[in-house]
Amino acid sequence: MTSTFLGMPTTAPRGVGHLRGDQSFPAAARRALADSQLRRNLGHATATIRAKSAAVIAEAPDWQQLRDAGAAIKADVMARLPELLEQLEAAVTAAGGTVHWAADAVEANRIVTELVAATGSDRVIKVKSMATQEIGLNEALEAAGITPVETDLAELIVQLGDDRPSHILVPAIHRNRAEIREIFLREMPGVDPALTDDPVALAAAARRYLRQTFLHTPVAVSGANFAVAETGTLVVVESEGNGRMCLTLPETLITVMGVEKVVPTWRDLEVFLQLLPRASTGERMNPYTSMWTGVSPGDGPQQVHLVLLDNGRSAVLADEVGRQALHCIRCSACLNVCPVYERTGGHAYGSVYPGPIGAVLSPQLTGVEENASLPYASSLCGACYDACPVKINIPELLVHLRAAHVTAQRRPTTESIAMAAAAYTMDHPALYAAAQRAARLTRLAGRRGRGLPPPLSGWTIGRDLPQPPPQTFREWWAER
Amino acid sequence: MRIALFVTCLADTLFPEAAKATVRLLERLGHQVVFPEEQTCCGQMHVNTGYPDDALRLVRRHVRTFAPYDVVVAPSGSCVGSVRHQHAMVARRAGDERLASLAEEVARHTYELSELLVDVLGVTDVGAYYPHRTTYHPTCHSLRMIRVGDRPLRLLREVRGLDLVELPQAEQCCGFGGTFAVKNADTSTAMLADKMRHVLATGADVCTAGDASCLMHIGGGLSRLRAGVRTVHLAEILASTEAS
Amino acid sequence: MVGRTVNSRELILGRLRAAIGPTTTTPAEVPRDYRPAGGDVDLDVLVHRLTDYRATVHRCSDAEVAKVVDEVLGGQRVVVPPRVPGHWLPATVAAVTDENLTAEQIAAFDGVVTAAAVAIAETGTVVLDAAPDQGRRVITLLPDVHICVLRTDQVVAGAPDAIARLDPNRPLTWISGPSATSDIELNRVEGVHGPRRLHVVIVPRP
Repeated sequence: MTSTFLGMPTTAPRGVGHLRGDQSFPAAARRALADSQLRRNLGHATATIRAKSAAVIAEAPDWQQLRDAGAAIKADVMARLPELLEQLEAAVTAAGGTVHWAADAVEANRIVTELVAATGSDRVIKVKSMATQEIGLNEALEAAGITPVETDLAELIVQLGDDRPSHILVPAIHRNRAEIREIFLREMPGVDPALTDDPVALAAAARRYLRQTFLHTPVAVSGANFAVAETGTLVVVESEGNGRMCLTLPETLITVMGVEKVVPTWRDLEVFLQLLPRASTGERMNPYTSMWTGVSPGDGPQQVHLVLLDNGRSAVLADEVGRQALHCIRCSACLNVCPVYERTGGHAYGSVYPGPIGAVLSPQLTGVEENASLPYASSLCGACYDACPVKINIPELLVHLRAAHVTAQRRPTTESIAMAAAAYTMDHPALYAAAQRAARLTRLAGRRGRGLPPPLSGWTIGRDLPQPPPQTFREWWAER
Repeated sequence: MRIALFVTCLADTLFPEAAKATVRLLERLGHQVVFPEEQTCCGQMHVNTGYPDDALRLVRRHVRTFAPYDVVVAPSGSCVGSVRHQHAMVARRAGDERLASLAEEVARHTYELSELLVDVLGVTDVGAYYPHRTTYHPTCHSLRMIRVGDRPLRLLREVRGLDLVELPQAEQCCGFGGTFAVKNADTSTAMLADKMRHVLATGADVCTAGDASCLMHIGGGLSRLRAGVRTVHLAEILASTEAS
Repeated sequence: MVGRTVNSRELILGRLRAAIGPTTTTPAEVPRDYRPAGGDVDLDVLVHRLTDYRATVHRCSDAEVAKVVDEVLGGQRVVVPPRVPGHWLPATVAAVTDENLTAEQIAAFDGVVTAAAVAIAETGTVVLDAAPDQGRRVITLLPDVHICVLRTDQVVAGAPDAIARLDPNRPLTWISGPSATSDIELNRVEGVHGPRRLHVVIVPRP
């Protein structure tokens, strides 16, 4: 192996994990759009969270300054990522933890499976974590005879319902209370048959169901929202207390974290702990935040592991424009404000990362050609950029990735030929004027656009064509 | 004031009434409008569809055409957004730093119509008369890319005879998004359906906006529904008088 | 296994270095124009924010804490950290000090009484740092009722103040109201895995 080979940023491998869908976005979206229950559930949930978030953001007079600070810290992290990771590794190790490095999903799954197997347990409790979903850890554990138990309520709903997550924060956002009740009655062992669909009752059912599992499982797997390079402190932000259970009760704790989650200093948390809850659940502060630095003798897990995951992140980092997708703190504000997400839901995006951030992150982690329809899954309305607490310019990234997809085509396409021809025409005013006159011929197609070829025929599925005017503006101007 | 009209290819070709109204309005306010005939298209469609390299020649043309003018106006928030946020990027991508700084210079002097009226010309009452129940859709690029804020509403509130009604969930996208409307036609029309539902809920006769593209989209949907609500560009309302 | 780990470490760091290209290693300037630590503390804000997230707030003297504990947990079994002040505990509760109790034993208690390290007024947050008057993290997790006694001099204005006061080398638990979830239709409901009732007792500084 040469050092050049060692140093090549690499995308996430195929055949493992959940970054690629089996359908293009438009095809998957069509199916979702036909599900009126799904659209009602999503419309209700996203409207609720938008209102809550807007109210608590309005309480923070320095919201924009916090966003500026958050964006600057993240940009600094990306510029110094290798040294910060080495610093983090040293601090965690000094505090009694063990650091592992996983180049991709396969290696991360192998490391975690071996660590769990070493404890002798055939079961792990899990705190909701995007990184472990991304790498397909549950499938890898199951293949090794280990049962992963998702303990976050929404993850539990998804796991019991043999479903797929559709939202970063609330993976079961596509389910309403009645559907959740049905799933619990059908799949939750020992559930009270008189269970109602009152959310309080549903939460209580989950409490009863998981309590013994929490008390008797010796190993947990978590993600991390932040890791402080300076101190080696890991942070998990949660609501229900299932996180605290997993981080406190077992003897062994294994945390899997994307390399981009590191922040330089302890003080940086004062920024992110203000940004994240307000942007994500619309709370001033989430109910529980746990912070641990290595091992605390006599308190909590005495075997503490940290798995640092690349799995395509180095490839994202290699793109100077694209790397801002790594700034994401997984708040899901961009999903909640996105008019496309609100109508299609998360499954249409194929990857575990749905919505606007997924449309720019997934194609970069896998290479744009393996998620080529995602950068187009946006009307570029810009609501995501305004909502992002770390100011990721998602519309700019979408356009950037569209260009990357176009560049990746080795042969001219119908579209590329048309685009080049249009640019040529528009760069020659006489040709342009002639083309304008020719546009009047579309009158022949009528307002319903009879006979228009795809993709133009897509327009007329629900919209009439404008009637070309008898005279263009420049013709009118010339006659003045 | 001498003002160069950046007509936009869409208004020029399909919606000349919006452009003519812009000219009539500015002339009525006592300004001189010039139309540089070398202009064609800002290249936004190319950039947004993934063809920034094809857009380069259009950016170059646009910058060359409008560099000589101190004030440029366009009846489109979206095209002004492209001039402000995309032209320099397209030039830099091609390694043309000189073009990038010229593009930034042109962008500094380019205004969307409501910005020109309120900020540069300092008027909100343009002497218009338009006796219709009207609702305003703040298009995404006007709202979030160039941030025209409430300028269009301030102008509309001064129009005599106009009954301005608030559009529910006004800030949601209508689903146009350029080639999005054809590449993701199903999602786009689902977004449009909600936008139309809100427009119809206002009971307005007229839906207005500062972008012909979004109006083409909303208008195309309303026409298909035979809903009886017209889409009219903001410039046309502001240009209307009792005489017209 | 060790050999492979070392190789992946070099591999990943090499990839990341190549991705960044030639770079400076001095920390970038971060604009910190947000409200800094040192803002005025408003206890009424703290009370409002705690109540808003369904915590129950009591304000009394240090001597009256026992009365509050009696009202909330009288006649019940309570676990306490090793150094909780004895006068907080009324005779009506059966208080057991946590000396390496098992999780199952702790789960059998009805409630827990602790002190706190810091509280944040603006967000209604109490932070525990596992000091001897707060105990191991597990004791405030398994019992269904948590009574947390807070001195007014422990209350700060915002998150920056809390971060400045806390020691990252200690295990920290930030608590804002009782256990809750927003997972069903994005409505917040209280009461999942952690304590379903949180009482905060605010006492004057000594």
